[in-house]
Amino acid sequence: MKVHPIVYSVAALALLLLFNALFTDGFFAIELRDGRLYGSLVDVLNRAAPVMLLSLGMTLVIATRGVDLSVGAVMAIAGAVAAVLANGEPDKALGWLQVSHSVPLVVLCALVVATLAGVFNGVLVGRFGVQPIVATLILMVAGRGVAQLVTEGQIVLFENPSLELLANGSVAAVPTPVVIVTLAFVVVAVLVRKTALGLFIEAVGSNAKAARLAGVASAGVVLAVYAVSGLMAGVAGVIACANISAADSGTTGLYLELDAILAVAVGGTSLAGGRFSLAGSLVGAILMQALTTTILTRGVSPHATLVAKALIIVAVILLQSPALRASLRAPKEQAA
Amino acid sequence: MTVRIARQNVPALATLAVLLALYVAAGLTFDGFFSLRVLVNFFGDNAFLGIVAVGVTFVILTGGIDLSVGAVVGCTTICSAVLIERQGFHPLAAFGAMLLAGTLLGTAHGVLIHRFNLQPFLVTLAGLFLARGVGLWVSTESVQADHPFFETFSAAKLPLGDGVFLPFGALMFLVVFAAGVYVAGSTRFGRTVYAIGGSEQSAHLMGLDVARTKVAVYALSGFCSALGGVALVVYTSAGNAINGTGLELDAIAAVVIGGTLLTGGYGSVVGTLFGLLILSVIQTAIIFEGSLSSWWAKIVTGVLLLAFILLQRALQPRQ
Repeated sequence: MKVHPIVYSVAALALLLLFNALFTDGFFAIELRDGRLYGSLVDVLNRAAPVMLLSLGMTLVIATRGVDLSVGAVMAIAGAVAAVLANGEPDKALGWLQVSHSVPLVVLCALVVATLAGVFNGVLVGRFGVQPIVATLILMVAGRGVAQLVTEGQIVLFENPSLELLANGSVAAVPTPVVIVTLAFVVVAVLVRKTALGLFIEAVGSNAKAARLAGVASAGVVLAVYAVSGLMAGVAGVIACANISAADSGTTGLYLELDAILAVAVGGTSLAGGRFSLAGSLVGAILMQALTTTILTRGVSPHATLVAKALIIVAVILLQSPALRASLRAPKEQAA
Repeated sequence: MTVRIARQNVPALATLAVLLALYVAAGLTFDGFFSLRVLVNFFGDNAFLGIVAVGVTFVILTGGIDLSVGAVVGCTTICSAVLIERQGFHPLAAFGAMLLAGTLLGTAHGVLIHRFNLQPFLVTLAGLFLARGVGLWVSTESVQADHPFFETFSAAKLPLGDGVFLPFGALMFLVVFAAGVYVAGSTRFGRTVYAIGGSEQSAHLMGLDVARTKVAVYALSGFCSALGGVALVVYTSAGNAINGTGLELDAIAAVVIGGTLLTGGYGSVVGTLFGLLILSVIQTAIIFEGSLSSWWAKIVTGVLLLAFILLQRALQPRQ
């Protein structure tokens, strides 16, 4: 019997929630204050938002048998661009653009830059056939340097209430980041499931050569998925810097590429490419954040989260490993 | 045949050419860049990175990757500092324990990767989180490590004349480097590493001990990472859990710029030394320049990475 891989992550999340229902007081309490929902569960969703966004793009990239290591650095670039533009001092870098008065323009610029970063990765992988880990390593190394170049090495503060609303506001009592994630999920899901794009992605990931021979424009598909990944990283970066009204190029999105890959793996998408589950990745991201929040609310050292993550990665990839399954199955078959 | 060998050597030769060009350009631009002291600092300041990069070279030659090295360096520095300072360990005992721990972690990586056919990228990512988590758990703050024995280390330096000394860390690095060159080029283990990188299946069919070699390269990388951490403790007389953040990227960059293919099979430890020296020249030139900020080093490294990867791509035969 073949179980849909999302079942494991949903089950793990359910177990974790059950644990909290039994042992953590008020974990499920949700209250409405100043027109916005508050509570641990809302907090989990809100904090998971950046990784959820990254994991949407990462799922598509991994489905083509790739990986995008640069998303954390691209977040830093997008955050830096948004902060510098919103700061709007004419003598600073990019000050000549004079768009600080318009939040849509600020966000648009940041997203365009992030998407271009994704296109850069996509060209290297799709057009030049560079290994994805290597291609995206370039921006992972240089991206933070570029972000620091944009902010001139400083932490850029800005005061822009409308931009801050992107992270701290709410739409119909739901925190804005959660709304943005939902929108992004719907758009990406429609794009890949209601058009042939999803099929092409799975074809390229399952067997790139066969896909090309069957007439799939693999280079174009690869370019598209890395562009989407860059765009998602841009959105996450803007939210991250809007959240603290500042851009810190050194720490924005640090190690989040690893969290995003982890969320995708936990969500049941095979890292060997092919079939993918966007919803699974979102559940994976929520699971990781729920675990972090649980550890924090129980007063355990926050560094235990890192150790827990390590154990989860090993557990998940072992579960997915055909080699382990085969060796577990073999003795039983012999007995029968 | 001669053409094929030339093609293989092109990346390493290109690296050497870039290194010499950068060194000469920087030397002509800045007064005092050509001094012996600056040259010695190339080896002394990045000794820990060099030691780590030698181990990473072997992993990459088999076609694998080790993301945990930076975290292992950080974990080693904080754990050995705490062992020496708070638990009263002799430095040699503390270092020995950490080298053993690093080797065991590397062995665990190798076993998981080979036995269960898991992706090296993810397994060593777990190792990164584990080592970083343990290190931060032990102490989030920097811990001084003072011990009379440390003077033995600082006394162990090689005079080069003009009052310039090759410090202990640099000596450690050069020993590790020489050992790496020997093992990669002149031992059965080294040849098996290259064979696995070329084609794991063929290596297996040739009767080479693929399993033991694959586990051994990760164990070696874990050992080298811990040794890099030890070098850093000796260099700074302190431990900090966040030491070595992003070091895995620098190490991989040095290996790739040094001409080793990330797909495995091609490359050399000597190339890694060139790659490392290129990174050192860039860092030092930026310090000499004064007005340029440190992030330029990241950007230049990225550009060089891009250039070398495209060069390798152009030289590789089409599949």
